[in-house]
Amino acid sequence: MPQTPDIQKGRLSTQQLAQNFEDIHPPLDYGNAILEAQRCYYCFDAPCVNACPTQIDIPSFIRKISSGNTRGSAKDILSQNIMGGMCARVCPTEVLCEGVCVRNTQESKPVRIGALQRYSTDWLMEKGDMLFERAPSSGKRVAVIGGGPAGLSCAHRLAMLGHEVVVFEAREKMSGLNEYGIAAYKTVDDFAQREVEFILSLGGIKTQCGVSLGKDLKLSELKSEFDAVFLGIGLGNVNQLEIGNTPLGVFSAVDYIEDLRQASNLENLPVARRVIVIGGGSTAIDIAVQSKKLGAEDVTLVYRRGPENMSATNVEQEFAQVHDVKIRTWLQPNSWLVENGQLSGIRFEYTELNSSGKLMGKDEFLELETDSAFLALGQKMMHKIFELELEMNSGKLAVDENGATSQSGIWAGGDCITAGKDLTVHAVEQGKQAAIAMDQWLRN
Amino acid sequence: MADLSCTIAGIPSPNPFWVASAPPSDKYYNVERAFKAGWGGVVWKTLGIDPPIVNVTSRYGSVELNGQKMMGLNNNELISDRPLDVNLAEIKQIKEEWPDRAVVVSLMVPCNQKDWEYILRKVEGTGADGVELNFGCPHGMSERGMGASVGQVPEYVEMVTRWVKENSNLPCIVKLTPNITDIRYPARAAKTGGADGVSLINTISSIVSVNLDSMSPEPSIEGKGTHGGYCGPAVKPIALNMTSEIARDPETLDLPISSIGGISNWKDAAEFISMGAEGVQVCTAIMHHGFRIVEDMIEGLSYWMDEKGYQNIEDFRGLAKKNVVDWQYLNLNYNIKARINQELCVECGLCFISCEDASHQAIKMKKHDGSRSFEVIDQECVGCNLCMLVCPVENCITMERVDSGKEYQNWTNHPNNPMAVTETA
Ligand SMILES: Cc1cc2nc3c(=O)[nH]c(=O)nc-3n(C[C@H](O)[C@H](O)[C@H](O)COP(=O)(O)OP(=O)(O)OC[C@H]3O[C@@H](n4cnc5c(N)ncnc54)[C@H](O)[C@@H]3O)c2cc1C
Ligand SMILES: Cc1cc2nc3c(=O)[nH]c(=O)nc-3n(C[C@H](O)[C@H](O)[C@H](O)COP(=O)(O)O)c2cc1C
Ligand code: SF4
Ligand code: SF4
Ligand code: SF4
Repeated sequence: MPQTPDIQKGRLSTQQLAQNFEDIHPPLDYGNAILEAQRCYYCFDAPCVNACPTQIDIPSFIRKISSGNTRGSAKDILSQNIMGGMCARVCPTEVLCEGVCVRNTQESKPVRIGALQRYSTDWLMEKGDMLFERAPSSGKRVAVIGGGPAGLSCAHRLAMLGHEVVVFEAREKMSGLNEYGIAAYKTVDDFAQREVEFILSLGGIKTQCGVSLGKDLKLSELKSEFDAVFLGIGLGNVNQLEIGNTPLGVFSAVDYIEDLRQASNLENLPVARRVIVIGGGSTAIDIAVQSKKLGAEDVTLVYRRGPENMSATNVEQEFAQVHDVKIRTWLQPNSWLVENGQLSGIRFEYTELNSSGKLMGKDEFLELETDSAFLALGQKMMHKIFELELEMNSGKLAVDENGATSQSGIWAGGDCITAGKDLTVHAVEQGKQAAIAMDQWLRN
Repeated sequence: MADLSCTIAGIPSPNPFWVASAPPSDKYYNVERAFKAGWGGVVWKTLGIDPPIVNVTSRYGSVELNGQKMMGLNNNELISDRPLDVNLAEIKQIKEEWPDRAVVVSLMVPCNQKDWEYILRKVEGTGADGVELNFGCPHGMSERGMGASVGQVPEYVEMVTRWVKENSNLPCIVKLTPNITDIRYPARAAKTGGADGVSLINTISSIVSVNLDSMSPEPSIEGKGTHGGYCGPAVKPIALNMTSEIARDPETLDLPISSIGGISNWKDAAEFISMGAEGVQVCTAIMHHGFRIVEDMIEGLSYWMDEKGYQNIEDFRGLAKKNVVDWQYLNLNYNIKARINQELCVECGLCFISCEDASHQAIKMKKHDGSRSFEVIDQECVGCNLCMLVCPVENCITMERVDSGKEYQNWTNHPNNPMAVTETA
């Protein structure tokens, strides 16, 4: 990011930055974990389990915390979700397990399932104990493309089931958006890489970083070289705004977050005095809050529909608001305001729904001054990378309920397929389910 | 405002709340604080013959339940470890300074008449209101032929009580050990020996836990442990039952009782008094929260009495006692069934799984789109209360009386009873 008088690095001291980017939800200590665990009723046929995309047996793992069987507790979690540690940090639990905890009805305060899940998985990872063993070798080899949550989850399950796996990852580091996308304060202390190490400690999984499908590898070659292929390539492209030539000062939120996550020193990261974020999802929230934490003075998030339509949850919206992010709704970008080639503001049009529920401009306008803008308008897939014909569905890979694509022997999961919301936990589940289906297929 | 003053085993007290013989009544310093806080009396920590005993360090262990600390407390302490004369001087001083409070001295000496005579003379010199004979301590002293080893043999209880009554005019309360099969025997023995009352329960023999790393019982003294005495909220039901046994026994009906065991608040105290106790004693709750708890005990009890229209303790004392009957006299035609309030239900499923696996498969779980509901199958429900007890939501499951008031019938004349007493033979 180029610097200008209003886009500067080092707005805050090292100390202040360190404080701002501390763990947003510090871990529970032993005593508090026990107390929290004891709030769980140990429900029968518990609603929280059904709300977990990976179907972790939540009452069971929580009860094991209270009994002191932390290892068993971690096993309950990780046997269903090998990224239970990351999910404990990044899942929007308010719309998943905690959202349906029966404790809400009574006390408006769910059991802190995420925090407890972190307690058990942290405990286990600290021990470096890979609970699982591999089944006898099947003699089959599988290529996994993409080392994000979907790919790693698939690879781990395949290796457990006795197959040999090679993961090809385009980037320098494994872990996908866990490493390059998730907000910094959700996963501190290099957790993403520690988790990768933990997953790989099972054995049977080789990784090759800096190798890209479409550039260095061909799908048809992988298909003949391996017994099966899994695609967990996520979404490589971001959506753009079509409102004229983009001036200096407008950035992609995802790219900036990637820089932030990889920065060795946050002081070197320039940030603007005034920031406008365009979008309504978690990425928009994350970039808004992180800008504020980097020292931006004034951050406004602008969304074209109402707060209830934002894909960011209520909890996320409130989180942004307590970090002094202003949220404005029913405004859509109309044009960039530019001075000396540099962004100086954005002209927005007020919006409303017409009688048939379609979003319409109202032909009334509002100009907001700013020094920079972040676009957080969602991601889309890069599909030029397959030279084989793969069926698509709404711009993503079409798959059946087990993750099989239209090409026999090729599976896919995670953000690059249609099913599910784009969450880490869904990617993990889809990787796992695909692995189970591939295992059956490979053994037939 | 209700009048809380009472007489316990002939000893007048401004209220029924006494500090039990234990660390909180160990010395002048504590007892003065207790009286300042409002306690009606104390039973001084048990005195013995010099030289004083010696205690170990690491003395207490406890049971925690769902975050509740000290549900049960266990200890290996012995009687007072201070010289007899120091204790006596302090007792004298406190009684002079607080003449309206009950000061009772707990005693435990070897099982011979000479020692008892000796210590009774000493106690009489302090102006104390009475003595309590510690026949209860389950550890340390019983191995020396004192405490529970006396309390477990009704003949000894009677003998020692008689020595005391023959050698002193002081009111004498006999403190009973619960480590016995039938509490009525030592109570009867105390009465025959001339006791003015009994107090119960002392602590229950217990090992509170084992440390699974060191394999030491806890509390651990250099890797070793011993059985101790168990007390605190966990033992209240045992104490309440033993109180009722003595209060109902035709032979000891009128024997004054000072109840002890898990009493932590005014409600507990009211329950014991309604079962027939003249007063109560408290130890663990004070060890947990300090003497200040008596403020709520006094206030709570008087407000409740005002509300109920009881003017003094005697007005409600023993009212629950007549409702304790032997099982065979319970009405077999009384019938209740569980009722679930669907509005309050949070769908935890606990009533279902407990009835399904442990009772009578009388709760049906219905799955709807994304939610569940629970319904009682009346024909199967035996009215056991289990579901109501496990339900985490207050008043969500209630038990409703469904019988049509069929005539009272108990086991003694039930057709299924081979030994039924029938009118026509
Ligand atoms: C900014 C941001 C914040 C987010 N915050 C949260 C959150 O808080 N909680 C939550 O649950 N979810 C969050 N998400 C969503 C979550 O990160 C994704 O749903 C999840 O990472 C999807 O996993 P995946 O494995 O499908 O894809 P990715 O994580 O994107 O991983 C795909 C991997 O494939 C590699 N790859 C791509 N193309 C190729 C190729 N041609 N050859 C080889 N390798 C390739 C990529 O380099 C990458 O490592 C966030 C997403 C973003 C963008
Ligand atoms: C409702 C109920 C009924 C019981 N009935 C019997 C019985 O018929 N025979 C018996 O020996 N013990 C009976 N017990 C005692 C239990 O077997 C057991 O000894 C006791 O509950 C202590 O174990 P716990 O660790 O489960 O509390 C009963 C217990 C309960 C709660
Ligand atoms: S719904 Fe809540 S209380 Fe019930 S099992 Fe799940 S976490 Fe525990
Ligand atoms: S009262 Fe007992 S039998 Fe009836 S529904 Fe409840 S648990 Fe089942
Ligand atoms: S135990 Fe109570 S709250 Fe839980 S399902 Fe049964 S009735 Fe509902």
